Amino acid sequence: MSASLAAPAPGGFGRMTLRLVLIGAVLLLAMLPALNRLPADSALHVSDFIVSITGKWITYAILALAIDLAWGYAGILSLGHGAFFALGGYAIGMHLMRLIGPRGVYGHPVLPDFMVFLGYRELPWYWLGFDHFPFAILMAVAVPGLLAGIVGYLAFRSRITGVYLSIITQALTYALMLAFFRNDMGFGGNNGFTDFKELLGMPLNTPTARSALFYASLLLLLAALWLCSSITRSKLGRVLVAIRDAESRVRFLGYDVTQHKLFVFVLSAMIAGLAGALYVPQVGIINPGEFSPGNSIEAVIWVAVGGRGTLVGALLGAFSVNALKTWLTTVAPDLWLFALGGLFVAVTLFLPRGLIGLFSKAPK
Amino acid sequence: MTEPVLYLDGVSVVFDGFKALNSLSLIVDAGELRAIIGPNGAGKTTMMDVITGKTRPTAGVVRFREHDLTKLDEATIANLGIGRKFQKPTMFDALTVFENLELALKAPRGPFSCLRWVLTGEARRRIEAVMEEVGLASRAQDRAAILSHGQRQWLEIGMLLMQDPELLLVDEPVAGMTDQETEHTAALLVRIAGERSVVVVEHDLEFVRALGSKVTVLCEGSMLSEGSIDHVQNDPRVIEVYLGR
Repeated sequence: MSASLAAPAPGGFGRMTLRLVLIGAVLLLAMLPALNRLPADSALHVSDFIVSITGKWITYAILALAIDLAWGYAGILSLGHGAFFALGGYAIGMHLMRLIGPRGVYGHPVLPDFMVFLGYRELPWYWLGFDHFPFAILMAVAVPGLLAGIVGYLAFRSRITGVYLSIITQALTYALMLAFFRNDMGFGGNNGFTDFKELLGMPLNTPTARSALFYASLLLLLAALWLCSSITRSKLGRVLVAIRDAESRVRFLGYDVTQHKLFVFVLSAMIAGLAGALYVPQVGIINPGEFSPGNSIEAVIWVAVGGRGTLVGALLGAFSVNALKTWLTTVAPDLWLFALGGLFVAVTLFLPRGLIGLFSKAPK
Repeated sequence: MTEPVLYLDGVSVVFDGFKALNSLSLIVDAGELRAIIGPNGAGKTTMMDVITGKTRPTAGVVRFREHDLTKLDEATIANLGIGRKFQKPTMFDALTVFENLELALKAPRGPFSCLRWVLTGEARRRIEAVMEEVGLASRAQDRAAILSHGQRQWLEIGMLLMQDPELLLVDEPVAGMTDQETEHTAALLVRIAGERSVVVVEHDLEFVRALGSKVTVLCEGSMLSEGSIDHVQNDPRVIEVYLGR
């Protein structure tokens, strides 16, 4: 009877095969920064562009994983996860701004350039502590977690579900975008933060920093994957699936649905925040555009395309849609939004289980 | 004189002026098996909704032992020891029979407890015993989605048993069952009652007769008649509103 303990494999495509493909993909990714160090005329040389864009995609994949945990398993369709990602990015951005120190254009010993420009006399209180890296990382996790906790508690307690919840989260990210656009918020207004110099003593935009950030992202991806899969394989994972499929029935079994949803929503927001904190040093800029509602929707589409409810599907979706985006925005930039919309419609109609569904048999 | 397990007094529920329950009173004793019958719209399901916290009564007292159920939510009421089987079998289709029962098994219900949960040998034996009892032992690893209607009814009864409730509310357990399955269900419910109180809502009078229990007839949200099946079947008021048609 020990067979009954093992979770059913995701379709016919065996667990072992899946694991091997995953390990292969991770090893391949891990080799990229090393290949980048080869001489430029070597056949195996990988360009800086490939390394930095792949590093960025890894942080997107972490975001996709976070969304999939909430949506694919617990049925919480958040259309505002980009906000948690951006808040994590702003937290690390504040740290990076503080590290610029007197090297700004205005040469002020403490204040970042935009504050000098806007006539600030001293650092606002909420910037205190951001000169310490651990504090910034803590905030990159805690702020999204707290926000998700408050919004989630109010929404789940009032039993707001489905499309209404999606609209609320969409409004949340939109409201944050408008707020962060304001100069007097103290977050650099519509310019946001940029011109970062270094992180943890590493000058950014050097091969060392690029590969360090790349490996940090890859490690976070693996850690997030491990965490999410230990949740989905536990009884908690089955409770979440039960909530997704028949929420009120779960209540009649004596489960406090609000607590379970809150747990997964907050955790998901924290993972998204950390992903954002790794994204910003790699792209070198953060501005309120990261809060735009479209970003959150795009991230949900990655998950839908890859296959929600399977963690590997979320990763597959994030990488494949972004690869398509990079290619298409180079070849025919005007077509991208149509392609994205078309992709979403096509996947919904023809591949309800996403790309991952192509590789596995329908569940019995 | 023992305290009743379930005590309803003067319970009314009004939906937009429509009285779904009209000053209903009902007392269920410990270990009692009670059948509730009544025409459509008599308020049977609304009564279950009130007891399980899904619907708040407009007026009246609803008590389970010493607890006032009108102030508690569904999950709290379920954890006090009231289990409910729905009219339409409701379970988790994406999960297997075994997993459905495992979720229902009485155990700490918080997210962290669920995350740390390890299936012990004892829990496994309990689940296997219930699967045996409801005749689903051979379907342990099948997803609930592929069960037949009768098997779904059984699985839901099994989930009720896993919760180990003091009071079971069973809404139309034999709808869609064959005669043999119906007989089996009646025997099972009779066996369960005694250790626990069981309230069964059912249309099938043969089934109610097989239960051999006290019968309460509801009509238009209040109690019309109460007594043995022979008593209520011969009650002229019952014949008029329900049986005579």
